[in-house]
Amino acid sequence: MRFINLKPSRTTQLMLAVLPFALLVIAYGVGSVVRLAENPSDKLLPAFASLVDAINRMAFTADVRSGEYLFWADTLASLGRLGMALGIATAIALVFGMLVGMFPYIRALLAPFLAAISMVPPLALLPILFIALGLGETSKVTLIVIGIAPIMVRDLVLRVLDLPREQLIKAQTLGGSSWQIGIRVVLPQILPRLIDGLRLQLGSAWLFLIAAEAISADSGLGYRIFLVRRYLSMDVIFPYVAWITLLAVVANVALDLLRRRVFPWTELGKAT
Amino acid sequence: MIRVENVWKEYGEQVVLERISLDIADRAFVALVGPSGCGKTTFLKLLLGEEQPSEGRITLDGQPLAPEPTPERGVVFQRYSVFPHLSVLDNVLIGRDFSGSPFRGRLGRVSRRAAADEARALIAEVGLSGNEDKYPAQLSGGMQQRLALAQALIMRPRVLLLDEPFGALDPGIRADIHVLMKRLWNETDLTVVMVTHDMREAFTLATRVIAFERPRNAPADRVRYGASLSSDIAVWPPRVAGLTDPDSTPYTFASPGGDDPAQATGPRRDDPAPPLAGAKP
Ligand SMILES: Nc1ncnc2c1ncn2[C@@H]1O[C@H](COP(=O)(O)OP(=O)(O)OP(=O)(O)O)[C@@H](O)[C@H]1O
Ligand SMILES: [Mg+2]
Repeated sequence: MRFINLKPSRTTQLMLAVLPFALLVIAYGVGSVVRLAENPSDKLLPAFASLVDAINRMAFTADVRSGEYLFWADTLASLGRLGMALGIATAIALVFGMLVGMFPYIRALLAPFLAAISMVPPLALLPILFIALGLGETSKVTLIVIGIAPIMVRDLVLRVLDLPREQLIKAQTLGGSSWQIGIRVVLPQILPRLIDGLRLQLGSAWLFLIAAEAISADSGLGYRIFLVRRYLSMDVIFPYVAWITLLAVVANVALDLLRRRVFPWTELGKAT
Repeated sequence: MIRVENVWKEYGEQVVLERISLDIADRAFVALVGPSGCGKTTFLKLLLGEEQPSEGRITLDGQPLAPEPTPERGVVFQRYSVFPHLSVLDNVLIGRDFSGSPFRGRLGRVSRRAAADEARALIAEVGLSGNEDKYPAQLSGGMQQRLALAQALIMRPRVLLLDEPFGALDPGIRADIHVLMKRLWNETDLTVVMVTHDMREAFTLATRVIAFERPRNAPADRVRYGASLSSDIAVWPPRVAGLTDPDSTPYTFASPGGDDPAQATGPRRDDPAPPLAGAKP
């Protein structure tokens, strides 16, 4: 039988899915043991026990100086910034995506501008943001928004323009005004796409967050990683990276579930 | 009455339609035929207000057509006529939602319930009872077109424009939907203009068959000469909305005549057709 026709059973599928993760952990374990056998004070690949130690120290022991549980304080700080930025970017994408997609006049006004500013490398703006907005939360949130909103807007505009022309004509023959067509025909059909757009931008959002935190912050996951880097504390960095990855993966899955639950018809279209 | 006066349509250099003049009487059922690319859809877009004539004018009862689609002209396209994110019931109700609720675009609970009765009656009329809560993707192609008809008819349009509405359906389903189409035309105060590729369909349904053709179809002439009206055939014996038995179809061809005898002859029914969807179940 051809390889393209061979399909794994459910259990095989599960095992195959776990395999790369298991290999990674094993490779790490072996590497760590080998390096530590050579040089017990090696810091590059700490033993699993040291990782657990570090997690315990960061997450379940109060910091002696601040009395905080640093891991959770960092998580909260980062997620706060991220959540705010994603909220603002989503709102911007929705409003501008619909305006630019639906109205030719607004498209003529803004589409070229959007195309241009979405090409500005956001990290190059970071110094400007720090100078203009200070080193506080505003500049970090702004960086993320600037980094992801233009792409989300353009994605939504395309989605609006992709709506079959027939639908908009039909809505007009049913007496819909621009506003009514916007909220009853266009909006419900692009919301699922907005969620997908958000999912795709999660990675970039984390990138900008960590970049901003690395340069200037007093808490946050990115801040901590770059802080302990000075002491080569790989035992802290590895769990933090894994945790960031996990958060991003959970957010991704949660958003996908949300879309399926709230917009069940989006799945029907795929089936036919 | 729809009056088309010496209409031309050009897209840039390309002349698509030229010198189109015709009158369409109230309650006529006009089938528009012609080779692919001769401008049938373009003509329908002109009637719909989606496109404007480059020259000439189109009037409805003496008034120039609004330059954008309005509820007095309903439409069913070959595809994409229904909203994929709305259930069957909501698809039919959306017209009522629009007219009853300028801001929210959705009726309040009480008035929506009354409108839903009307919508259900209409859904039953097109043979979709029991599917009210399904989404269009869960319906077959024929069912989606029936839904599109119900959706358009709830606005009680004066004119119904159909662009190859049944072109994608298989022959059996098409025959069913022809019966439905005839009944709707007979029972509703409706003028129908339908584009079709199927001559049989044209002569089964229509009171009048109009053909578009490019008189000069040499490649060199394609751009500079558009299609014009090449024949205008009144179906014989004349069908009159509300009078003809919708299921007797012994049709023969009449000689092509310019002056639309289908509407000129025969007594017209002057009491309006019984309200189609208003009846409470
Ligand atoms: N927006 C447009 N811009 C330029 N040319 C156009 C446009 N729309 C239609 N045309 C041209 O007008 C001509 C008629 O198109 P139209 O869609 O009306 O044909 P049709 O009779 O409906 O064909 P079919 O039977 O294949 O649906 C075609 O040659 C097409 O290339
Ligand atoms: Mg066409």
